Amino acid sequence: MPYHASLVDRPIDPATLLRVVADPAAGATTLFLGTVRDTDDGRPVTGIDYHAYAGMAVGQLGTILREAAHRYGTCSIRAEHRIGYLAVGEISVAIAVSHERRAPALAAAQYVIDEIKRRVPIWKREHYADGSRQWVDPSATVPA
Amino acid sequence: MWRSDVHFGVATTTVTVLLFASYADAFGGPQVEVPLAPQSTVADLVTRLRDGHPAELPPRPLVAVNQEYAMYDQVIEPGDEVALIPPVAGG
Repeated sequence: MPYHASLVDRPIDPATLLRVVADPAAGATTLFLGTVRDTDDGRPVTGIDYHAYAGMAVGQLGTILREAAHRYGTCSIRAEHRIGYLAVGEISVAIAVSHERRAPALAAAQYVIDEIKRRVPIWKREHYADGSRQWVDPSATVPA
Repeated sequence: MWRSDVHFGVATTTVTVLLFASYADAFGGPQVEVPLAPQSTVADLVTRLRDGHPAELPPRPLVAVNQEYAMYDQVIEPGDEVALIPPVAGG
């Protein structure tokens, strides 16, 4: 049940993740991509700065993938989170999971993204079309 | 990072607290030094941090010690890596 997580400061290539998790025992592979959306709560967004507490973030990502691997019995999991400035449409996070069966392949990817949002120390500062910028505080809003 | 001093006969230790994102903006830099008595807990640290910046912190901000989320009754030991964690927003 190999798993690997990393923080990267270059564009994420989903094809690489899919290749890395490929496994002859797998009957299903899921790929989740998080991308920078062009609006937030009605405000036009031009891009997002991602910052991380790098050492802890990598540690937490690894813990989450290990949990998912044991909980769902995955063949292989790979996750990458990007930091730095990303324009609208760019990939901020990618999760690839291979499994014998489709249901746990989907569930494992859902678990990983939910836990990333819950506990990995990464922050984003949205840049708006009017030139202003603001740190996003999910605890201050209702998650969509 | 820690430094030990004796002021007026009372031993204090200075702990460097790492700051990120909105907290770094609020405190004006990527870290802040906080004098603490030996055997101080995470709760003690948060109280000291709140002294100067009451409006900047939520009621119970997350604190990490040695890159793991810490309970408020955890004692901060010399050499511990301490960080104040704003609400996370990854993904």
